[in-house]
Amino acid sequence: MSRGFHKTPIAKAGITARQLILILFAAMAVVPGYLMITASLKTQDDFLAHPWSIPMHPSLGGYKAAWNDQFPRWFTNSLIVTSASVGLTVAIAAIAAWGFAHWQWRGRESVLGVLVSLMVVPPVVLLIPLFQFGAKLGWISTFRILIMVYVGLMLPFSIYLLTNFFKAIPRSIIEAAQIDGASDLRTFRSIVLPLSGPPLITLTVVNLLWAWNELLLALVFLQSDEKKTLMVGITGFQNRYSLSIPTIMAGMTIATFPLLIAYLFGQRYFVAGLTSGAVKGE
Amino acid sequence: MTSAVTTAYPVTAPELSGAARGRRRNFGPWPWILPAGIGILFVFGYSLVDLLQQSFKYRGAWVGLDNFRLVVTDPLFQTAIFHNALLLFTVPILVALALLFAILLFETRRGMRFYQSAVFLPYLLPIPVVGVVFGQLLQLNGALNSGLRALGLQSFALDWLGDPNQALVTMSAIIIWKEVGFGTILILARLISLPTELLEAAQIDGAGFFKKHLKITLPQLRPVILFYAINEAIVMVSWVFNYVYVMTNGQGGPGDATMVSELYIYRSAFQNQAPELAAAAAVLLLISTLFFIVGFFKVQSRSQSGVLDE
Repeated sequence: MSRGFHKTPIAKAGITARQLILILFAAMAVVPGYLMITASLKTQDDFLAHPWSIPMHPSLGGYKAAWNDQFPRWFTNSLIVTSASVGLTVAIAAIAAWGFAHWQWRGRESVLGVLVSLMVVPPVVLLIPLFQFGAKLGWISTFRILIMVYVGLMLPFSIYLLTNFFKAIPRSIIEAAQIDGASDLRTFRSIVLPLSGPPLITLTVVNLLWAWNELLLALVFLQSDEKKTLMVGITGFQNRYSLSIPTIMAGMTIATFPLLIAYLFGQRYFVAGLTSGAVKGE
Repeated sequence: MTSAVTTAYPVTAPELSGAARGRRRNFGPWPWILPAGIGILFVFGYSLVDLLQQSFKYRGAWVGLDNFRLVVTDPLFQTAIFHNALLLFTVPILVALALLFAILLFETRRGMRFYQSAVFLPYLLPIPVVGVVFGQLLQLNGALNSGLRALGLQSFALDWLGDPNQALVTMSAIIIWKEVGFGTILILARLISLPTELLEAAQIDGAGFFKKHLKITLPQLRPVILFYAINEAIVMVSWVFNYVYVMTNGQGGPGDATMVSELYIYRSAFQNQAPELAAAAAVLLLISTLFFIVGFFKVQSRSQSGVLDE
């Protein structure tokens, strides 16, 4: 990246203009978040009078109201569903990806191709049969049906990502281990997995975000009040507190908080995960 | 990677000898693939087959194409599909904006990381949270309008979500706001990985900002732009349920101003107790997505893996 060879006035003006555009768009990206957080710290009267100002007398009333509502329960439910489904997905996908990467079997490429296509099948299409299946078993409003469905939905992308990584492990290492008498399982456990830290973390972060934010399936499968996840909870929450915007915004801030933490710690992995679905170019 | 390997190998090798050597149990790939295969066959295979069957039945009896006929002639379904089609117009806007941000970020050294995080922030937020926050801010007397009025811009203070003529446009703007960060990150990642020689040569030759990027950068970004465009087209056709559901209380309102196909399916199945009609609508949705899915598959399979492995 070399630029600014000749800093003529026009070039300088161009640079300033670019900077201004960036500032403008960064502001637009951040403003709703700013309003969410500042409003969560105001009282209703304060918010209505000065919606844009910085809270001069921060009030935690909104947070108290939200936390005394059902937030702790929703939070726990989301935690259970998300951690169980992501844990299972990553484990199953890692095993399957090894089956794809280590052996050359007939039809392998076609199956991988099908997996890629499944990544973009809209969940709403699968919803009706899955719901009826769950209802037949009496599993509506249980976590296990939702976890099963989440795992199934996350598998295609997960297998695809890990297969590509495993394929890149040099064959010589694998063969060396196998000549020494290591079984396939042993090779996988002692050679492949220890080498796969970064992609496994990437996959975990991306899946965590997906499962934490998922609304449609959770809405349909978890109908009883005690089983609702955070995302289902907050969509109903806004109606009950329509007269207290600070409470609504406090609830939204609480719901976003885990993501911000995850993002701050795993930003690198997160960006890697998002771009890993994309093409490399020709 | 190689260094990790050479250290790992001697450490693990002696361990392998004892138990493992005698009984090498290798069953080939099938036991490895089986658990995932069951999961995927259940969630995708079973569901798609069952869905297809249901779309041709009513209360268990075969009715041929009747469900499809009912759905296609339902004005609400037509409206929903029309709205999904209108949402496709956000795709070129998204591509243009993402491209602009990515190139600007690429050219800016000062504060690049800050801007990058800022532009990316909306993509990270859960859609339900985005929906609720915007829903509150865009009320007729919400924060945005009171800000506009304070600035003397009364005429711009619209009823963003309450006016049927405005609601879908507002919804599109929110979707753009949320989705543009993904494209920016994708394109930026690709830009950074491009060889710089050509750009530098162009600069020495005195090529200006626009000429340089139009002639050199853009052609090299084609695959990633295509990937992003197809991805977003799929979003607009079949992944906008969350926005609409949260911002309109599951109604697609005002009136049917923001009704989309996913919401139509959801409501037919779970509120109107007509799963057969919902199944037919779902099959139609899947067919209309298929076009994009094929495109996605073609773009995807042309390359081995993503920008991930540097």
